Amino acid sequence: MNIWVFAEISGGKLDRTALELVTKARALGEVTAIVLGSSAEAQAGLLGEYGVKKILAQSDKVFEEYLAEPAAEVLGTLVEQHKPDLLLIAATYDGRDVAARLNVRLNSGIITDAAEIQFEGGKLKAVVPAFGATILVDVTLETTTTKLVLVRPKAFAAEKVAGGTPAQVEKISVAIPERAKRARIVENVVQASDGPSLEEASIVVSGGRGLKEAANFELLKQLATQLNAAAGATRAVVDAGWVPYSFQVGQTGKTVKPNVYFAFGISGAIQHTVGMKGAKYIIAINKDADAPIFKFADLGIVGDALKIIPALTEELKKRKH
Amino acid sequence: MNIVVCVKQVPEPTGTNQINPESLRIQRDGIDAVLDPADEFGVEAALQLAEAHPGSTVTVVSMGPANAIEALRRGALARGADVGILITDDALAGSDTLATAKVLAAAIKTVQPDLILCATESTDAYTGMVPGGIAQILNMPLLSFAKKLTVSNGKAIIQRQTAGGYQTVEAVLPVVVTVTGSINTPRYPALKGIMQAKKKPVAQFTASKLGLSADQVGEKGAKEKVVSWTPAETRQAGTIIKDDGTAVEQIVTYLASIKVI
Repeated sequence: MNIWVFAEISGGKLDRTALELVTKARALGEVTAIVLGSSAEAQAGLLGEYGVKKILAQSDKVFEEYLAEPAAEVLGTLVEQHKPDLLLIAATYDGRDVAARLNVRLNSGIITDAAEIQFEGGKLKAVVPAFGATILVDVTLETTTTKLVLVRPKAFAAEKVAGGTPAQVEKISVAIPERAKRARIVENVVQASDGPSLEEASIVVSGGRGLKEAANFELLKQLATQLNAAAGATRAVVDAGWVPYSFQVGQTGKTVKPNVYFAFGISGAIQHTVGMKGAKYIIAINKDADAPIFKFADLGIVGDALKIIPALTEELKKRKH
Repeated sequence: MNIVVCVKQVPEPTGTNQINPESLRIQRDGIDAVLDPADEFGVEAALQLAEAHPGSTVTVVSMGPANAIEALRRGALARGADVGILITDDALAGSDTLATAKVLAAAIKTVQPDLILCATESTDAYTGMVPGGIAQILNMPLLSFAKKLTVSNGKAIIQRQTAGGYQTVEAVLPVVVTVTGSINTPRYPALKGIMQAKKKPVAQFTASKLGLSADQVGEKGAKEKVVSWTPAETRQAGTIIKDDGTAVEQIVTYLASIKVI
């Protein structure tokens, strides 16, 4: 099997999803990574450590200047020329935009949100969690052309290979027509938060509407600092503007798999739980004893998050001294 | 400005979604259906733009069963959209994302819009593939994941949600924009609007009327096929206690037991 991975660059660096995807791709066949961006060729080393033997790299800043279309143009052209068996794209913001265009351009159909991918007797089978991951649906693409699969971030753990060497770089220069340069990126604003990132933190401390108001989110951040944790939030909280979208955990936000996940004032709507159910331990604090989150929390406390958060912060502080 | 909003009728989101065991599709028969709550933001964004640009028309476009006309009227026309288009046809049942994009694009083309608004993804199937598909078919740029949208001097400018913050992105009209839940606060339909909605025109199309052949759409045209499904392994509830003043102690003991502190 000829497996292609769109190894996305974001903020000048290889996106973590690229390493997750190539790790999975290794198990399915021979991997080629497509890397687009000013630093494309420089990614050969890191991708090599994760077992990629060959990358197709187009070094061009056009990929950082315009949304989706230049990347879709290159990927579409390459797939039409080389006809790989499978193209994996991560379900990131940019990945989803690129995939939606390729679905139409290649007239291929697409599997979205895949959490598992395999070939059974040459036939593609992907597992897609549905209805808030309460059921797992087996889907396939009944086509003879390149299969397009959009993969859930964190579905696969990135693993290095022993003695990996830099991937061989094949420079490509697919022509990008002017009509693909339309959605122009005028500025990039990074709303950085202190401490570890949500995706990498081993403890995540999240808050929902139960925190009542924006100012109370500061209490949560203090607890996060004390635990060296990342702070997260539900969609309701980011929609209300208490914290930036970069804090959002859930279907339209980030998927996290920490060792411990604290849910303060979070009811446990499906939109949120799909993004955190992979945590090893879940501790939930909510006033409402009937909150759905208590159905799967390892430790559930029916109580007032606003009282417990500062008290817990104080207790942890004391124990450090 | 000529504005189109794509909307979808979905099973009542607070209900329990089910799969029809025979068709392996989302069960839609006999289930309470509403306008997708995610679409209310697109409708609101369209209405606000129409108010800011006098002379605008807001057309809501939907593909769905015949009774989706009710969701169109109650959810969109009652709020103030001017015209509805419903593409309804038994041949469309079971359409995948590619077929859906083709059908909606064909219907939208009849309107020649300056701006097409969609939710980033639907609340029932959440693939998020249709807006970008429409943009590709209609040869338009896509401004996605907008948490802010302004239109001036023939240009749309958005703040686009990203993993680490946001981007400002702009494109010349016509353009497809997907909006997130933080873009606005949707208005409630007023009684007057609900009455007026009953008389607003809703054009109905079939797939063939839009020039789409039966093998391009519906179950027959779907490339993505559901093979089977199984219930996911569910996490079991652990210890649930009522806070009697020892909550902090309980949490600390638990954290120690799992060797976190």
